[in-house]
Parts: sequence; structure tokens; C-alpha cells
Amino acid sequence: MEPVHIVQGTAVPLDRSDVDTDQIIPSDWLKRVERTGFDKGLFSEWRDDPDFVMNREEHAGASILVGGPNFGTGSSREHAVWAIQQYGFAAVISPRFGPIFKNNCTKNGLVAVEVSADVGEQLLEAIAADPTLELTVDVERRTLEVPALELEVSFELSDSVQHRFLNGLDDIGLTMQHDDAIGSFESGRPGFKPATT
Amino acid sequence: MRTLSQKVWDDHVVRREDGQPDLLYVDLHLVHEVTSPQAFDGLRQNGRSVRRPDLTIATEDHNVPTENIHEPIADEISAKQVETLRANVSEFGITHYPMGHANQGIVHVIGPELGLTQPGMTIVCGDSHTSTHGAFGALAFGIGTSEVEHVLATQTLPQPAQETMAITITGELPVGSTAKDVVLAILGACGTGGGIGAIAEFRGPVIEALSMEGRMTVCNMSIEFGAKAGMIAPDDTTFAYLEGLPHAPKGADWESAVEYWRTLRTDEGATFDREVVIEGETITPHVTWGTNPGQVIRLADSVPSPDSFDDPVASEAASRALDYMGLTAGTPMREVPVDTVFIGSCTNSRIEDLRAAAAVAQGRHVADGMRTLVVPGSGLVKAQAEAEGLDRIFVDAGFDWREPGCSMCLAMNPDKLAEGERSASTSNRNFEGRQGRGGRTHLVSPAVAAATAIAGTFASPADLD
Ligand code: SF4
Repeated sequence: MEPVHIVQGTAVPLDRSDVDTDQIIPSDWLKRVERTGFDKGLFSEWRDDPDFVMNREEHAGASILVGGPNFGTGSSREHAVWAIQQYGFAAVISPRFGPIFKNNCTKNGLVAVEVSADVGEQLLEAIAADPTLELTVDVERRTLEVPALELEVSFELSDSVQHRFLNGLDDIGLTMQHDDAIGSFESGRPGFKPATT
Repeated sequence: MRTLSQKVWDDHVVRREDGQPDLLYVDLHLVHEVTSPQAFDGLRQNGRSVRRPDLTIATEDHNVPTENIHEPIADEISAKQVETLRANVSEFGITHYPMGHANQGIVHVIGPELGLTQPGMTIVCGDSHTSTHGAFGALAFGIGTSEVEHVLATQTLPQPAQETMAITITGELPVGSTAKDVVLAILGACGTGGGIGAIAEFRGPVIEALSMEGRMTVCNMSIEFGAKAGMIAPDDTTFAYLEGLPHAPKGADWESAVEYWRTLRTDEGATFDREVVIEGETITPHVTWGTNPGQVIRLADSVPSPDSFDDPVASEAASRALDYMGLTAGTPMREVPVDTVFIGSCTNSRIEDLRAAAAVAQGRHVADGMRTLVVPGSGLVKAQAEAEGLDRIFVDAGFDWREPGCSMCLAMNPDKLAEGERSASTSNRNFEGRQGRGGRTHLVSPAVAAATAIAGTFASPADLD
């Protein structure tokens, strides 16, 4: 994964609650065996509607997606994260994320910014009113800033995830450094545990 | 004093360091064709191998057709995904049950019936309904594709600590209510976000009285209220189910296993971070009316009005949902006409579910114009059902009897709803487009699904008399 320090830019306000991963990337798109090519699948069922917020010209080039509460609930499909990133978003903001989605974000360097319900609403309104509004998500300081609104809030990001984001580190490589610990755990596993072979 | 989930968690910590997530060992990794190709690719790109193929098992379920399974898959992209899985498991030496194999089926149905799912294990799969296996007192949760790759390479996963949540169902269920109604009632109480950040333990007399099939139905939908996992303490019901299954421990191993499994209960006096209590007597048959599983009511109720929600977000979501679902507030659910009935999915495709549906279908016939699909969860369930003659009962009643797979649960195969079609479905998600673009899904129990197929509108078996 690529290192990520700061995400700065305009945002798309997706003003709905409970946007599940079936909406983010419908199941037809899950048949691909590649990790790329999902940008067109992002919200594909809604994008047919020319009025869908992502289709509006004033939001072209946005790098941040702002959703309502319970964003990314449902299926574990990591394709949802890939689609959001490949479309061009580097951060997602919501008052509450589906837990597997949020975890998948941490594996791909997509910054999931959880804000209070009030801040979430304020952002959705402000961006709808002014699509040029600039937002800054700072991974190092763990803050979301919107200077035009005089808004600065901090968001939660664990030390370990922050460390990986800032350095672009692969989880697997880190775990493999603990091969000895894994080996010794394995030798102590009870003999009655099943094997698939 | 610890809870059940804390005990299982603690027994799998490979490494614990302050400020870092625990590194947990994974006892069983289930793999299917949809969420694994990119993970195997990642291994290849980095020159890594599968650490424990002997703790990994693969099957084909999401894409498989439920008719003509001995012919090649017609959809080319689905076929490629299935072929990719076959190539990957053979390259990495993983046991695999392909379409047509007696043991093939929905990944969450085959683990338990082969005896691979046992109490006190950690089980993961690139699929959110992995929570199903928690019915055995296992800590089982869905993971993303990057984590699939991580588990393949290391047999471990870094996991941040979770809160604990107790969901207690008191008393007993009214006659005619099932495990599905229990979990739909829980969803009504918790909403889609009530379990986020927690591992839920289902407890109380109603849960204890459930069969293993029923417990799996309840745990299956834990993710629908956002819980990391759902668990039920193992007991004699669990042990009786497991004894003699192909992968269950044998002889002296069985004795030591049961001795350990009996310790897997929440200690007297241990406390939970969150508690929910529901009176069993209030759980009559339920049905969803909206586009997420938390939008649920009793079958006896009417479609709610958006104005009846105090929370503006819920109210707006309700009006959007009614619009999509083509429903008018105030319509009694029993008067809503249905055109498709789907009995299947990892929530309700086990033998007991099929028996419940067949009991309703027996000697009756589906309503005119009703499309019905009965899709057993696995090859073993199908064989068992046929040995019991359930297939004949379904076919005689006008139901369509199919081959095992995920089928219309998510419509990656040809079984789909058309725009505007309305289903009564025993699956777990009623999201927009889940069963086909523009399709309208209502989640119900197998008994209600079968009764609805016969009545033509939402109905419980009691309504047919
Ligand atoms: S039956 Fe449905 S929910 Fe279960 S694994 Fe298959 S697609 Fe997922």
C-alpha cells in the first residue's frame, strides 16, 4: 500500500444513511478476479441517474466522500474499498462505519474518518451549499479540518494503523516478523483440533 | 471472571503488545471463489505460500448455478472465477469441494455439517456471515480479501480488542415462532448499528432451547446489527450434534475436547459492556418491510409510516425505503402480494429449515403465478432432504427444487428478481438490489416463506388453516 499523510480537496456529499456495500459495489462486479477495474462499479445502480450526486459536474475531481451514518454496512467485500479508491477518493467521512468495511479501509490506505452525527450533518449541508469547500484530512495529526467552516475535529485512528498509513506498510510483512511466536503457539495447540485434510 | 468470547479470544493470542492489536491464531479458514482470487494473487506476487493448507478449506457457492450443474457455467465471468479458485487451490494444496461434489455447499453450511466447526475455535472467512459458526461457541467472523491473504500467509490475524454484548431472550417463544423470528426481533431492537465494536453472546432460555440449526440462524445475522461476531455457549445440544461427524474428535480426543468445551461459558458474575433483553413471549413471526434488516415488524402489523420515527435520519431512511419497496404506510403486511419465494441461504437452508417449509407445503399448492425456489444449503442437506422425501413434497406442491448454492440470496448466479418483483426470502439481506436490480426483498422464516408461497400474500402457517 502507498503511504498516506494528508488528503486535501473537495468532497461529494452522499446524504443517505445505511449505504451498504451492496450499494457501493453491486454483486455483479464481484465476479472479477483482478484487484483493479472497479471504478465504474462504484454505486453503479445509482449512477445511471444523471441527478445522482456523484454525476454532478460541480463535484467532479473530489477526493473525499462524505456519507450518512452506517456507511459500508453489510457484506465483507473489500471490492467496496477498491471501488471507492479507484474512482478517486482517498478518504471517506461518516458518523458510523460498518466494521468490516472500516477494517478493510485500513488494509488499503483509504482513510475512514468517523465524526459526530452533528459534524456529519454540518458537512453534508455545507458541501451541498458550496461544492468548492476544501477539506483536509491529516493522518499524522488525526484531524479533519475545514477552514471555511472554522471546523477542526480529531478522529480516531489507532497507533498501529496510523504507523502503517504513514509508512505504507504491509500488514503481512509485519506479522511474518513474529514467525517464532506463531510457531511456538502452533506447537502448543491441542491435538483434538480438526484438520481439513 | 470472563465472558465466553473473552475466553476463546484469550486462548488464541499468539502475541500481545501494549498499544497493538492482539495477534490471534486462526483454527479454521474457509475460502470461496468470490473474495479469494486477489488474495492468492497477492501471495504469488510476494513469493509467499499458504502456511497451513491443512487448516484451510475451499468450496464454490456464490456463483454456482442451481440447475444443470453438470454443464459448464454459462456466465463466462462466473466460470472464470470458479476456474480461478480451482487453479489456486490446486497450486497451494488446499482441500476443495467443487460444484457437484457431495460435500459442496454454502461455506457456512458445510463447515458445521462436516464437523469442522467446533466450540472454542477461531474461524474466519472472506464473508460477513462467518458469524454463523458462533452457534457452536466458536469465535467466528468475516474478513476482507487483504485479511484472507494475511491468514493464508500466516494463519494469524491482528485484531483490536472488542467490547462484549449480551443479548438475552427470556421466557419462551409463542407457538409458531422460529429462530429467524428471534433474530429479526433482535434486529428490530438493535438496528443496523447496535452491535458495532462488540462481540455478541446470545443467551437465555429461548436460545438454550434452540436446535443447532436454529442457533446458526441466529448467529448468522449478527453482522446485520454490526456485531463483530455472535456466539452461543456450547452445551449438550452442541455436543450431541457434533458427535460422530466426519471431522469431530474421536475416542480419547473426544473426551478431552468435551472437557475443554464445557469450560466455555461466561463465568457467573462476569459483566458485559452492553446488554439487551427481549421477552421471548413478544416474538411472534416477523417480516422486514424496508431496505435494511433493522427495518422489521411483526407479520401481524402494518407498513409503518415514516412519521412514526422520532429520529429524523430513521424517518428519512423509512420514506426512501417505502419508495423503493413500493409500499404504502398503513397497509397490513398480510395484504401485500408476493410474486417470488426463496427458501435457502446460509441463514435458512439446513435440513431443519427445509423440514419446516415442507411441513407447511405438504398437501397444499403454491398460489397461481408464484415463482418459488427451494435451494438446499449443501449437497449433504440435499441428499438428506431427498432421503426424507422432502423434495417430493415440494415438487408436488409446485415448488422448484434446486441444486445447492447461495443462489437468490445475492443473485450472482442466474437466480434473480426482476425490476419491481417482490420476494419473501429466508436469506439475511433486504438491501436495494440485493436479489437483482430493482428487486424488493422481505426477510422471513422458512415457515412464513412457505405459507406465503401458498397464500400469495404474506402469511404464517396458522393463517392457512
Ligand atoms: S448464502 Fe448469501 S449470505 Fe450466505 S454466504 Fe451465500 S451469499 Fe453470503
